Amino acid sequence: MEERFTESHEWIHLDGDIATVGITKYAADQLGDVVFVELPEPGKQFKAGAEAAVVESVKAASEIYAPIAGEVTESNSALTADPAKVNADPEGEAWFFKMKLEDASAAQKLMTKNQYTEFLKGL
Amino acid sequence: MSTPVFSPLQRTPLFDLHVSLGAKMVPFAGYEMPVQYPTGIIREHLHTRERAGLFDVSHMGQAFLDGDDPARALEQLTPADISGLKEGQMRYALLLNDSGCIKDDFMAARLEGERPLYLVVNAGTKESDFAFIAERTHGAAHLIPQPTRALLALQGPKAESVLSNHAEGVAELGFMRVRRLTVAGRPAIVSRSGYTGEDGFEISLDAGDAEYVARVLLADPDVLPIGLGARDSLRLEAGLCLYGHDIDEGTSPISAGLAWVIGKRRKLARDFPAAEKIMAELFAGTSRKRVGLKLADKTPAREGAEIVDGTETIIGRVTSGGYSPSLGQPIAMGYVATESAADGTEVAILVRGVPRAAVIAPMPFVPHRYKRKSGD
Repeated sequence: MEERFTESHEWIHLDGDIATVGITKYAADQLGDVVFVELPEPGKQFKAGAEAAVVESVKAASEIYAPIAGEVTESNSALTADPAKVNADPEGEAWFFKMKLEDASAAQKLMTKNQYTEFLKGL
Repeated sequence: MSTPVFSPLQRTPLFDLHVSLGAKMVPFAGYEMPVQYPTGIIREHLHTRERAGLFDVSHMGQAFLDGDDPARALEQLTPADISGLKEGQMRYALLLNDSGCIKDDFMAARLEGERPLYLVVNAGTKESDFAFIAERTHGAAHLIPQPTRALLALQGPKAESVLSNHAEGVAELGFMRVRRLTVAGRPAIVSRSGYTGEDGFEISLDAGDAEYVARVLLADPDVLPIGLGARDSLRLEAGLCLYGHDIDEGTSPISAGLAWVIGKRRKLARDFPAAEKIMAELFAGTSRKRVGLKLADKTPAREGAEIVDGTETIIGRVTSGGYSPSLGQPIAMGYVATESAADGTEVAILVRGVPRAAVIAPMPFVPHRYKRKSGD
């Protein structure tokens, strides 16, 4: 499975033309205690970079962006029930939504794990 | 302390301690302040409610106001009964501008056997407050800011037992009482007050003593360091106003629900800024009022969110909002039209354009647990 990252700290796991999207550990640590997530309904279409979900910590609300254009196929209802999972396992259990990509090759423009690690060093 | 000369942000005497404790530092009111420690805001919040938390509030403005009769001089700028302060008593007060709106909220205290009043004002407003007080009391009193004093707050049900291990006379001090005490061998001004709704103390120290005293208090297993994040969620649950958000230079004390700050004698004398206007509002009411709001579902409503009635007409706005760790649900504070301000009124708050059901709720959201002594 291919893994990609965005500058707005989303991770994407690619499985064919299905992408699973979440936020990185760095983002979860920056947010602090997550108390609420708002997830997109299946069937919703997003352009790349569109606001797709909202994550709220005690302090503030932050947007999660669709890294690549596509249609939502599933969202993680376990997160709605227990938003603290975002802090506990941000890059595993706490995925936000899955989408069917219009063009899976668009993921090649996003950062690899190594590139993202380098990117974080520059922040 | 190693503050670079050209640093735009100031640091409190506890900066190095915060960093060594792993705090996440953020800019706040011109200072680099800890917003949270590795503990995290929710646990810091709950720990303060269950045991005790130590807060660095050294960014706040401390000053003495001296003169022949500093209380009388200060009463020109506030509707609080300052002259009526007994020795050892502290009072919450409002600094009013010429239109009778709130320039700041602050604490005023009279220390036993001392002529100067001890004042504590908000961090973000301290420069303008001090200039205003100095100018307006000129000739009658003089203000002596205390920029080198630090201020710690120890808050929570265990605060008394913790502080009693390091200072004598703590248990005898009632809510809103103040005394000079020796804390861990260092001279301090200690008041039984705070901004969390819990019992607790605020401890004013010389800058050079602050880190030592903070470390002594933190060594107690009941005490954790608490950042500004939890300070905000604690005060919101306690229904306490945050200056610049819930009250500001456009807010009248009456619409803010702070009429209780006006002293009885002052109401009769009508000798404070815009007294006629404020007294008229007190009798006739205001068109809007500060209220508490509880949201029905889990979506937090933040500052600036519009409050609407059943017909989706905008009736007000949220001024502070977030998640209540104690209640496990979102809460908010805001202003609404007076006809919609009664407790139990069903409203909605627009969050990202979607109306979310909410109800006007009494404040505090979490009961205060102040330790009043008989006779206070």
